[in-house]
Amino acid sequence: MTEDTRFGLDRKVRLLGPLPLDSGAELAPVDIAYETYGTLNADASNAILICHALTGDQYVASKHPLTGKDGWWIRMVGPGKPVDTERHFVICANVIGSCLGSSGPATVNPATDRPWGMDFPVLTIGDMVRAQAMLLDHLGIRRLHAVVGGSMGGMQAVSWAALFPERVKSAVIIASAARHSAQNIAFHEVGRQAIMADPRWRGGDYYADDDPPSSGLAVARMAAHITYLSEAGLTEKFGRRLQDRDAKTFGFDADFQVESYLRHQGISFVDRFDANSYLYITRAMDYFDLAEAHGGALANAFSGSKTRFCLISFDTDWLYPTSESRAIVHALNAAGAEVSFMELSSPFGHDSFLLENPEMNRIVDGFLKAGEGR
Amino acid sequence: MTKLRPDLQIIADNIAPGSRVLDIGCGDGALMAALRDEKGCDARGLEINPANVASAVAKGLSVVQGDADTDLAAYPDASFDYAILSQTLQTTHRPDIMVDELLRIGKQAFVSFPNFAHWRIRTSLLLGGRMPVTRLIPQTWFDTPNIHHVTIADFRALVQDGQYAQEGQWFLSGDKQTGRSLANLLAEHAVFLLRS
Repeated sequence: MTEDTRFGLDRKVRLLGPLPLDSGAELAPVDIAYETYGTLNADASNAILICHALTGDQYVASKHPLTGKDGWWIRMVGPGKPVDTERHFVICANVIGSCLGSSGPATVNPATDRPWGMDFPVLTIGDMVRAQAMLLDHLGIRRLHAVVGGSMGGMQAVSWAALFPERVKSAVIIASAARHSAQNIAFHEVGRQAIMADPRWRGGDYYADDDPPSSGLAVARMAAHITYLSEAGLTEKFGRRLQDRDAKTFGFDADFQVESYLRHQGISFVDRFDANSYLYITRAMDYFDLAEAHGGALANAFSGSKTRFCLISFDTDWLYPTSESRAIVHALNAAGAEVSFMELSSPFGHDSFLLENPEMNRIVDGFLKAGEGR
Repeated sequence: MTKLRPDLQIIADNIAPGSRVLDIGCGDGALMAALRDEKGCDARGLEINPANVASAVAKGLSVVQGDADTDLAAYPDASFDYAILSQTLQTTHRPDIMVDELLRIGKQAFVSFPNFAHWRIRTSLLLGGRMPVTRLIPQTWFDTPNIHHVTIADFRALVQDGQYAQEGQWFLSGDKQTGRSLANLLAEHAVFLLRS
């Protein structure tokens, strides 16, 4: 199994498709960049798919090639972790529309031999999930032991359970929602407008001269980053403290630490992310409403589901608050599905799911292990 | 297997194997685990205390953190063979509506509660003139989840008014089963099995 070139770090596959999209368009071919960790067992029953968030990537537990930083979820995925690479075969794929190797606006449109730009079809969370299903077919995995995701990854995980119930034994949905609220859409629109207002955006056709709309993307990231934190967390971390100075400058430099921090977040983000991908993925999230496709009743998305569900929310997450998770839980209760749910306490807002949280690990570990006995 | 609390043991002993069970106020899931492991039941739980939910889920049980007063509406009618409410009735906002809900969701319902008419509580109030603090009701009056104390006689009246069928009743004193006669005076704890 180890010599199989389909498995390992930094893999990429071109699937012929076509992949029919929710918009009515088709995508072909479909490039998917992904990583696998651990060993697929003989009956291919130990596979866990990790779904990443808006600006995440396939480097869930290995060094990021652009930033050199550790994988984004090494607290959850790795040897001896709840998603245990010694026990599980772990797959993480860059979502289509993104910019770390999977088909997206920055990749080449075969019809024109130029980057897609805004000619790339608008995607949905469902499209991302169906592309992942194509990848699993390619890898020879019929049924997942579990699909696990936080934030937009949780939207994919819950969509997996709704779209392919027979392929998902267990689903872990953390700090997520079954639809984007007006407030969620509003924040995303601020980000998109910041990008499109950057004169270097040029209708998305900026790849030729390597002069992307970095200012716009940085502002989009800054606005979004605030939504990932909490008021209490910001106060604790920065308060009103000044940045490397003893007094206010009576100017518009980054006087406050929080300003300096946000600017840094914005500037470092543009080195690893494509502005058009940001537009496409935020759009996919805004279009997300799992109940809509099921006559407005979320419970219908899960009727007859044999999937086991585990949902976790965080008390200071105001981006995807507990009420959104609870709406999914109520729908699962109404559908008679097996579900566990817990709101965890953490001061770090939405980002809590990415941070060290022993309680979260204990719950996910117990939930996944209980599924292995069946 | 650790020993179950006596009222939970009575409930466990009287549940048919392979049943679908909803344990409302399931604590750390001790009863659910016993029903799953010893009777092959499909047990689901609802619990308000986060530490209890975490323990239960870590044991592999399906437990949802929630409030019995607000989170039962989503469960469909007759979706469980049994709904269980153990030592929780006295903490709910409207125990009468709660019993209705139990018998909407479950084909049958177990309800267990500490009996506020036990002689020790009566004498404590009669002679001491203060709200009783006992082994089964250890909280002070100002810091207690028990907002609707109930006696066995009260509960029997509720059963009668609601025209529920009573399919079983068990009484406990000092963790041992005790007789039906003078239960309202002698029993510390009661377990009822109802059907709508």
